[in-house]
Amino acid sequence: MAELIATSPLRDLTPITIGNVTLTEGIPGQVWAVLPWRGATEAASTALQSAHGLPFPAPGNLHKAGSTRIAWAGLDQAFLLGTTPDTALAAHAALIDQSDAWAHLVLSGPATREVLARLVPVDLAPAACPKGSARRTLLGHMSCLILHPGGDTFEILVFRSMASSAVHDLTRAMTAVAARDLRGAQTPG
Amino acid sequence: MLIPCPQCGPRDIREFTCKGHETYMHRPSPAAPPEAWDDHLHNRDNPAGPTREMWHHVAGCGAWLVVERNTVTHAVTGAMLAREVAR
Repeated sequence: MAELIATSPLRDLTPITIGNVTLTEGIPGQVWAVLPWRGATEAASTALQSAHGLPFPAPGNLHKAGSTRIAWAGLDQAFLLGTTPDTALAAHAALIDQSDAWAHLVLSGPATREVLARLVPVDLAPAACPKGSARRTLLGHMSCLILHPGGDTFEILVFRSMASSAVHDLTRAMTAVAARDLRGAQTPG
Repeated sequence: MLIPCPQCGPRDIREFTCKGHETYMHRPSPAAPPEAWDDHLHNRDNPAGPTREMWHHVAGCGAWLVVERNTVTHAVTGAMLAREVAR
């Protein structure tokens, strides 16, 4: 049998630093979609709480317990990140391993919000998108999930097939923001 | 144009696609005469004023919404999850 070599979606594409913003590949570990059966959201939340110490997130929320996280990821859908869901959850929700379906980018640095403002049509200012937020939205023309663990760091999940497009769009935005910073620094007064 | 998604809050129109009038939610019975299916699929009013349409939050939470908007003023006056409207 052939020995297959596992490769990451962003291999050879990251890390990239432009200006004061750095783009790296994240290591989310596993990505499991948790989709409660109709009317079973509360039961699924209780099961999640006892097995992983995490609730089923309300729309827009990201929760963390140790190295395990859970992010709201759409209508009646959450992504359990960094672990395999306990089998007890299967009584209350569909569980789907999507680990290999997503590219996971991490953008950090002082101008991160300015970079994302060029590509994302939602408000990511701290007042509108506090620490522990999860947003389903667009990155350019790509559907994405944006996680905000805090500070100046944002994590962006795009479909794996979109990895190089996402890096391309983000690199262009990073370049444009850095150019503005440079011009501002060189203009007297 | 912002659509107030009940799950996500006000979101830019880029995240949505419009299917058309909420007529699409009211399917005739399979035994309905061809005229009823013709109406369901093809025949629409063209109101000047309030109307209700189905929009898909395709680049957001993935929910189907029934959006109330005014074709004269372009004001969006409300949005509900389609599954709650259908209930």
